[in-house]
Amino acid sequence: MIHFFLSRLLSAAIAIAGVSCLVFLLIHIVPGDPVEVMLGESAPAADRAALRQSMGLDRPLQQQLGHYLTGLLRLDLGQSLHSRRPILELLRERIPATVVLGLAALAVALSIALPLGILAALKQGSRWDMGAMAFSMLGVSVPNFVLGPVLIMVFAVWLGWFPVSGTGGSGALVLPALTLGTALAAILSRMVRSTLLEVLGEDYIRTARAKGLGEAAVVLRHALQNAALPVVTIVGLQLGTLLGGAVITEIVFAWPGIGQLTVEAIQRRDYPVLQGCILVISVAYVLVNTATDLAYALLDPRIRLGDGQ
Amino acid sequence: MRYIPALVLLIWALCALGGPFLPLEPNAVDLPRILAAPGVESWLGHDELGRPVWERVVVGARTSFVVSVLVVAIALAFGTVVGTLSAWSGGLWDHLTVRVIDIFLAFPGILLAIALSGVLGPGEKNVIIALSVVGWVGFARLARAQTLTLKHREHVRAAMALGSGTWRILARHLIPLLAAPLIVEATFAVAGAVIAEAGLSFLGLGVQPPAASWGSMLRDGTRYLLVAPHLVLAPGAAILAVVLAVNLLGDRLRDRLDVKTRK
Repeated sequence: MIHFFLSRLLSAAIAIAGVSCLVFLLIHIVPGDPVEVMLGESAPAADRAALRQSMGLDRPLQQQLGHYLTGLLRLDLGQSLHSRRPILELLRERIPATVVLGLAALAVALSIALPLGILAALKQGSRWDMGAMAFSMLGVSVPNFVLGPVLIMVFAVWLGWFPVSGTGGSGALVLPALTLGTALAAILSRMVRSTLLEVLGEDYIRTARAKGLGEAAVVLRHALQNAALPVVTIVGLQLGTLLGGAVITEIVFAWPGIGQLTVEAIQRRDYPVLQGCILVISVAYVLVNTATDLAYALLDPRIRLGDGQ
Repeated sequence: MRYIPALVLLIWALCALGGPFLPLEPNAVDLPRILAAPGVESWLGHDELGRPVWERVVVGARTSFVVSVLVVAIALAFGTVVGTLSAWSGGLWDHLTVRVIDIFLAFPGILLAIALSGVLGPGEKNVIIALSVVGWVGFARLARAQTLTLKHREHVRAAMALGSGTWRILARHLIPLLAAPLIVEATFAVAGAVIAEAGLSFLGLGVQPPAASWGSMLRDGTRYLLVAPHLVLAPGAAILAVVLAVNLLGDRLRDRLDVKTRK
C-alpha cells in the first residue's frame, strides 16, 4: 500500500518535472527570434537587448532551464510582458473563475449522467436506454464552441433567461456550465450504464436477488456501490479534458478564467504568461489524476488490503 | 438509416476533394445581401461581408478534411512505429518512451495544441503540426500495449527463430495484428481532429481570412447571433454532422472488429 502510494507520487513528480521542461521549451520553438516576435520588428535594438537580458535569452540553454526551474521552485513564474505584473498574481486572479466553472460543469455532468446511466442500465433495450445512448452519442459529438453559441441563442437571446456572457449573478454560470458539462455527461452516462450492466450480471447480484431482496435494495446497496469505482476513475481522467475544454468555453462566454488568459497571452504574444497558464493547468491535471488514483486505491479494498500493487 | 453516416462522410470527402473544381466563389462580396437570411436565391444566406454562407461551408469542408486526415495519418504512422519499436526492443529505450508518453499525457490534449499553434503562429500547416505532435501519443501507447501482449506469441517466436529481422517481424507479424484496434482508434481520432481544427480556428489560430474554415465561420458568426443565427447554425451543423457520422462509424467498426482494449 505504502509502496503503491510512494510510486504513484514519484511518477506524478516526474510528470510535473517533465511538464515544466516542456513548457520551458515552448518559447524556444517560436519560429525566428522570440524577442523580435514579442516586441515586433520595429522595436529599438536597446529594448530588444533589454528584454533578451531580462528573460535570460542571451544565456546558454541549460542555464536558462536551470534559472526557469529554480524560479518555479520559488513560485516565481516571471513577469508579464504586457502588464509588467508578476505572472503568479495574474494567475491567482483568474484561477477562482475557472475552478467555479469546472466544478459547476462537473455538477451538471454528474446530475445528468447518473440518473440517465442508471435508468438506461435498469431498462436495457427500452426507449429510455435508446434515448440515453442517443444523448450520449450527440453529447460527445457536439463541440462546446457549437453548443455554447446555440445555447446562448436559445436561452439568452430568444428566451432571455440567462445573460449572454460575463459573470454577473449566479444565472451567468448556468450556460457555461451546461456547455462545458455536456460532453462529460455524455461520456459518463455511457460509462455508468456499461459498468452497472456488468455489475448486474455478477453472481453476488443473483445471490442478493435469490435471497429475496427487493430490486431497490439490490441496485442501491449491491450494484451501485460496486459500479461507483470505475466511474470515479473516469471522472478523474476526464477532468483534464474538461480543463482543456474550459479554454474554449471561457472564450465563448467571456468568462474571466485561466482559459481566457491563455488566449489573451497568445494574442498579445505574451509568451511568459502563456507558459504560466499551460503550466498551471497541466500541473492541476497531473495532481487531479494522481489524487484519483490514490482515492481509488483507498476505496478499493482489493488494493487497500491486498499486497500493494 | 444505416447508410446515413457513410453518406455524410462521402459528401464531406467529395466537397473537400471536388471543391476546387466547382464554380464556387466563397469570397465574392455581395454588399446588398449583407447578413441576408437563408432564402430561395441563396439557401444558406449571406454573412457579415455579404459572402455566400453555403459556398463557404463547402469550401470549409476542405480545410477540415485535409487537416484531420493528414493529422491522423501522421500521428498513426509515427505513433505505431514508436509504440511497436518501444515494446519490441524493451529495456532503456522502452523506459524512455514510456516517460515521454507520460509527459505528453500530462497535458490536456487540446491545451497543448492551443499552446503549440499559439507559439508557432496561425495557419493550416502549423495546425497540422500542433495536432500531430499531440496526436501520436495515443497511438503509441495503444501500439505499445498491444505489442507487449503479442510479442510472446508463437508465430512471432517462430519468425525470430527463422532469423527474421526486427523490421520484418514488425511489419509482417505484429502490425497486421495491431491493425484492428488502431483502425478503431484512428476513426475516433478523425472526429477529435475535426473538432480540434475547428476549435483552433474558432480561437483564431487556424486558417487565416479570407480562407474559410467551419471554426472561423462560427467565431465570426457569434457576433451576429441576434440578427443572423444562420451564420452559427450552418457551420455548426456541418461540424456536428461530420463528427457524429465519424463517431457512429467508429462505434460500428469497434463492434465489427470486436475491439475491447480501448480505454
